[in-house]
Amino acid sequence: MSIRKYKPTELLQGTLDLLILKALVHGELHGLAIAHRVEQITNDAFEVKPGSLFPALHSMEEAGWLASSWGESENRRKAKFYRLTKAGRRQLQTETNDWRKVSSAITAALRTT
Amino acid sequence: MRVFSRVIACWRNLFRKKDVERELSDELAYTFDALVEKKIRQGLSEAEARRWSAIELGGVEQLKEKVREAKAGYYLESVLRDARYAGRMLLKSPSFTTIVIATIALGVGATTAIFSVVDATLLQPLPYSHPEQLVSIQSDLPDIGAPDVGMSQPEWQDLQQSGIFEYVSPAWFDENNLTGSAQPARVRIVSVAPNYFALLRAQPELGRTFDPQYNSPGYLPEVVISDALWKRSFAGDPNILDKSIRMDTDLYRIIGVMPPGFDSPGRNAEERSIEVWAATSFYGPPLPDHPARNRRNLPTLIARLNPGLTITAAQLRLDALAASLQKQFPGDYPNGWRIQLQPLKEAVVGNFRRPLLLLLSAVGLVLLIGCVNVANLLLARAGARAREMAIRRALGANQGRLTRQLLTESLILSMFGGIAGVGILFAVREPLLRLVPENLPRLNNLGISWSVLISAAGMSILSGIIFGLAPALYARRLDLIQSLNQEGRSSTGSGERTRSRRALVVTEFALSLVLMIAAGLLLHSFWDLLNVPLGFNPQSVMSVRTRLPYPNDTSIDKYATAAQEAPFLHELVRRCGALPGVEEIAIGDSASIPLDESQRALNTLEGKFFVTFEEKNSGAPSMLERSRVTPAYFHLVGIPLLRGRLFNEFDNDTTPQVAVINETFARTYWPNEDAIGKRLKSTRPDSPWITVVGIIANARTQSLAEQDAPQLYLNVYQVPAKHLAIFLRGRVDPASIPDRVREQVQAVDPTLPVFGAQTLTQTLSESLSQRRFSMELITLFALTALLLAALGIYGVISFLVSERTHEIGIRLALGAQRRNIFGIVLGHGMGLAILGATIGFVFALIVSHLMASLLYGVKPTDPLTFAAVSIFFLGVALFACYIPARRAMKVDPLIALRYE
Repeated sequence: MSIRKYKPTELLQGTLDLLILKALVHGELHGLAIAHRVEQITNDAFEVKPGSLFPALHSMEEAGWLASSWGESENRRKAKFYRLTKAGRRQLQTETNDWRKVSSAITAALRTT
Repeated sequence: MRVFSRVIACWRNLFRKKDVERELSDELAYTFDALVEKKIRQGLSEAEARRWSAIELGGVEQLKEKVREAKAGYYLESVLRDARYAGRMLLKSPSFTTIVIATIALGVGATTAIFSVVDATLLQPLPYSHPEQLVSIQSDLPDIGAPDVGMSQPEWQDLQQSGIFEYVSPAWFDENNLTGSAQPARVRIVSVAPNYFALLRAQPELGRTFDPQYNSPGYLPEVVISDALWKRSFAGDPNILDKSIRMDTDLYRIIGVMPPGFDSPGRNAEERSIEVWAATSFYGPPLPDHPARNRRNLPTLIARLNPGLTITAAQLRLDALAASLQKQFPGDYPNGWRIQLQPLKEAVVGNFRRPLLLLLSAVGLVLLIGCVNVANLLLARAGARAREMAIRRALGANQGRLTRQLLTESLILSMFGGIAGVGILFAVREPLLRLVPENLPRLNNLGISWSVLISAAGMSILSGIIFGLAPALYARRLDLIQSLNQEGRSSTGSGERTRSRRALVVTEFALSLVLMIAAGLLLHSFWDLLNVPLGFNPQSVMSVRTRLPYPNDTSIDKYATAAQEAPFLHELVRRCGALPGVEEIAIGDSASIPLDESQRALNTLEGKFFVTFEEKNSGAPSMLERSRVTPAYFHLVGIPLLRGRLFNEFDNDTTPQVAVINETFARTYWPNEDAIGKRLKSTRPDSPWITVVGIIANARTQSLAEQDAPQLYLNVYQVPAKHLAIFLRGRVDPASIPDRVREQVQAVDPTLPVFGAQTLTQTLSESLSQRRFSMELITLFALTALLLAALGIYGVISFLVSERTHEIGIRLALGAQRRNIFGIVLGHGMGLAILGATIGFVFALIVSHLMASLLYGVKPTDPLTFAAVSIFFLGVALFACYIPARRAMKVDPLIALRYE
């Protein structure tokens, strides 16, 4: 687990956005749960710190990719839940395609000798 | 979609702030609690869980701030918040705020005032259409060193037909006698080519202007008048068009009235405030029908270049034209010939560039010193606010945020200062405008224009940034832990700040010494000018102007020859000489009024005066200053005769013409010979020989600042003059004498105007007005700068003393002498002052060389000025340090030690 300490911001710009969008594909989640889900789907490769997570969530919500609503959490507390909007799904699609392009380009670049 | 959604979010963040904040709080509170629960489930105690959760979140408040920063409209909102906060902080310390705003108001107000003059004079284009095409044409005879000799009518026509210019027009400034109303009046007139208004693209407010194609001999029987003359002499009569006026006995029809604010592009106030425009082709009566090519009687020419032609290209073509004309008419150009183009604006305002830029730099320095002073005050306050800054940092404000907050405060201060400055300027602009010397070109209205307002805003913002930078940089280096641990004690951690404040004081001193030395040099020049030996005595002499008409039909001229004019002059002398209080009387032409700059142009009116000398028959003609006077003139103005004789009553139009010359003339043209008896004559056709009969002492009648120039005096009874000045010496009442003289003049000839009554001391003082204006302003600025610098050093030294009270107490308790304490503090302050003065000294040497052309009789490195200013300067610094040093000396060790 040595790579756990990489902060997402040290990776490619916009990666955190993409991971958050992906984490929400299967339904709404609240802040901490999103962080947990990102860790899960990346096999614990990334730890999403609250200091990055919450600014990103608010900014994405304001961009119209996420919508939020207040609901009850698993421990019956009032929590803010985020879900994807239509625009968010489109954004996920775009970012996924972009990422694939970049990733295959870099992979190809690294393969050359 | 994305933009739209962001705009809505921004709106919500700004105007539903409470809701947004509450939601954020709730969300993070939940997150925190959830984290804590999770940690408890993992087996931590509740306290431990809370602590670790807080660490993981990075602090709830700090996290909130991070989220806020990511939100839309954060920047806008933070600016508003900074401004609100800054306003509260500034209201909390009203005296500090007032001092800062007053300093900036003074600086920005004064700078804006000077800038508005610079803007109207130097920056704005001339108020004519396509001003970049307008040029002034000057011709020189380089071989005999005669600049600006004017042009002849044939030369003007050559230029007009050269294909280089769209239009070329002479501008022949003169006076005329306007008769027909109750009182004959003198009007300022300019004779121009019929294309003049087409050239300037100027439209009348009433009627029409001249037909540019007109080309018949003599004067057009039409005139265009100024709005001022229309309102003054014709009471703004709406049916003024086609009415006739009589000027110099000739009848003219008024065909147009120019709008108010239309000024001729002239070189001085007289030439700019023209009242009547008359058009002529410059040949035919009263001028010769076939003007000679070498009779250069058109003093100034203006022209509009053909579109698309640059001045450089036009100059190249002109050089070729001049060369070919010289080849074609070799007899007319024995002394070479050169035509030079100059942008018209340069000809009008060129002389004012240096003095105005000097003033602007001076006032800019005052503003800069003001800023440094404010920076100093802010730094002093920064110490008191260190704790506040540290707490805000600890609560999650990042450094950029705090810097911005401090800069916002500074900017608010400087903006209020700027607004106050411009407001005060606006309120006092009327009296201020009266201070501006009249001869400053005001082709553009002096006033507070948009460009002036924009520059004032720019200056305010810039000064806010300048003085805000020091405290902002200081806050950046703030040591958080130390500041928080200080518990309000102000003495530690201030080393950095003290160093910055010392640097600021040194800067201030350097800048103000530069200004002081510049002012000192101007003051010294002015003093020298005031004390220059005049060579004549202006005390209790008064001059009153009158003018004889110059009819276009020379055959009806009552005063055409000396014989015709002599009876008039004799009668005038008899009558005015008998006025109460008059002890001596003389008459001369307008050029004979000592130091009257405004009459200089009239002198050249009849063409520059060129003479050739009898025994130097191969020599080139020389251009001379010439005055025509009655015999009594020399004694009246107090110029003594050195050798030979003055004019006497036996010299008249039947006897050979005689001349009196000054010493310089004699020495220049007959260096090793006796000038008496030598003969010279005008280069004009049919001119008689003139014999030198007397040599008088040199007198500075032409210019105070210039070395004595050769002067030639002729007898007005032999060579008639039209522009006359009546000189009266005695105990005359300046208030009533114009009327008395008018009665006497009009008793002889009721059509003559009488005007321009002035004492010679007034004329003298007016000739210095522009220098006085620059000198007074610079001195005022320099003293302001010095005051600011003195306040600055006083502030810093007082601050050091109060900060070191404890230390001084210990020193005293350990047996230090009070005198030593005094010496230490004083030495500290003076060290700063001397360092500043040394730096300033070096800069002053550079600046003084740049302003060398504005100085008179004083070298840019004048040791007396440099020494005197430096001593005065250090004296003021000493005084400013003395007060806090005394306070330090009187520290009571007991109180000082208990102080904390």
